[in-house]
Amino acid sequence: MRGVQQATPVVLISKIVVAVLALAWLIFSFYPVFYVLFSSFHPQQGFLLGEVWLPPSDPTFQNYSDILHAGFFRYFLNSAIVTVVSVLCIASFSLAASYVLVKVTTRISRTIFSIVLIALAIPLQALIIPIYTMIYHLHLYNTYLGLILPSIAFGLPLTILILVNFLRDIPNELFQAMEMDGVGEYGMLAHLVVPLSVPAIVAVCIYQFIQVWNNFLFPLILTESADMRLLPLAVVAFEGQHSIDVPGVMATVVLSALPLILTYVAARKSLLGALASGFAGGSR
Amino acid sequence: MYRKMTWKLFLLLVPVLVFYAAFIIIPIIDSVRTSFVSWDGLKKAVPVGLHNWIVQLGSTELYQSFGLTVIVMVLSWVVQTPLSLSIGLFLSRSGRGRSTLSVFYFAPLLFSAAALGIAWGFILNPNFGLAQAILTNVFGFKGTLNLLGDPRVVLYTLIGIIAWEFIPFHTLLYQSAARGIPVSLYEAADLDGASPAQKLRYVTIPQLKNTVITSTVIILTGSLTYFDIVYILTDGGPGNASRVLAMDMYQKAFEQYQLGMGATIAVILTIVGLALSLLLVRATGFGRMRSQMEGA
Repeated sequence: MRGVQQATPVVLISKIVVAVLALAWLIFSFYPVFYVLFSSFHPQQGFLLGEVWLPPSDPTFQNYSDILHAGFFRYFLNSAIVTVVSVLCIASFSLAASYVLVKVTTRISRTIFSIVLIALAIPLQALIIPIYTMIYHLHLYNTYLGLILPSIAFGLPLTILILVNFLRDIPNELFQAMEMDGVGEYGMLAHLVVPLSVPAIVAVCIYQFIQVWNNFLFPLILTESADMRLLPLAVVAFEGQHSIDVPGVMATVVLSALPLILTYVAARKSLLGALASGFAGGSR
Repeated sequence: MYRKMTWKLFLLLVPVLVFYAAFIIIPIIDSVRTSFVSWDGLKKAVPVGLHNWIVQLGSTELYQSFGLTVIVMVLSWVVQTPLSLSIGLFLSRSGRGRSTLSVFYFAPLLFSAAALGIAWGFILNPNFGLAQAILTNVFGFKGTLNLLGDPRVVLYTLIGIIAWEFIPFHTLLYQSAARGIPVSLYEAADLDGASPAQKLRYVTIPQLKNTVITSTVIILTGSLTYFDIVYILTDGGPGNASRVLAMDMYQKAFEQYQLGMGATIAVILTIVGLALSLLLVRATGFGRMRSQMEGA
């Protein structure tokens, strides 16, 4: 009790300090995002003359309809195709491999898993020159497949790591019971492993969706024509051509993050949980 | 339970092995090979032996880029770690206020580096940017704020923007790790009459050690190869004030079409990245690192 009484003014002051710092961080971290959001609804006319730091008094969807007509519908579709195909392949290939790596305890299996782990430390940027050369020689330059194949490869290591850790927790008895019922290897994968690992599969899919959707380097290096652009590159290219159309460019920024913004609004916990599970993220 | 590898099981590994070999193993070998040729990307590559390496290692450009990269790595860690740790701990406690704040704190995570780079370009534009408009109109500031155009400050501006981009992610790591600390440890500390500062020092920080290591590995290896925002905001400039290693590699390979020269930097990046990860993991205990990653 004595400690509590003595601490009271100190506790009060520290609470105020924490609250002030928390609000300062709120402004620093969120105001730039808020600025992006509200200026995308600003009418273009007279934007630079007005009070650009405040939300518009007469918001409009005009910027969004303009950018959709300027090709952003196509870019959105490009991003969706590349991302969805890549994520589905990453998840299914990784799940199949993780199942084997967990169930087989031979030296080969352990060696393969170690090689997977080492690849986590190799940065994508360091391999971009040979990947460019390879995609070029395979005649996949400037195609969907040329973007999808390397995206799959770089999604595998972390996904396998997460899934292997998850599958290790499935009790052996469940596999033994199924084996006694005469279920084969593929049957167990389909009827035991897949249903039990749905939460982990959802998490890795969300994580890899974000990685592939937001990747800038692959589209920059591996595509050239305007109609093959993915959203991050399209935003940069649009800014290059319309560098004083601030509301229009901000609309492209918001549109490029739309699937993630909507997921965040609808299922924030799942999105953040998936991000936290992807330990090696953030550096692509 | 299966001890042996059957061909049916091996078949399930094939897609992963093929992608690995094609896009990770072969490219590693190929970047070493490319570092020994002169090649513009179109004509036939000409073997030049150690020429690229001798030129690169003898030029001041490489050392300058390396120096800038080291500054980015060190300052990124110094800025991001204490902030992420404090904010993560702050958000790990329950409460409506904190949970509402977290919704906004994590919002930058939703945007690609490219999109954020474009947004920051507008915010910091000295002619019509947001920061300049607020300074001029709200605070009556007379001068011009040119944080990206001044070679003396540009690197620090970029480090700040990179920190702004990544602190939410590391905050998230610390928040979820701090939530996983068993309550019983705090209860035991309470029984011993520990003050909040002592609980932080003797319970929270030791329990978060593995997260600090993981977060450090991510920050250091991530800054080593950081590219997107630098490319978008400065393209390595003004002059070469922000030409970090990844930027140098990109310019050599894809702007000057000297793929061999670019490949030497790629090999350096791979070696330094691997060495850094292994060193950090060794120095801090491989087993603990692995069990930490397994806990993910």
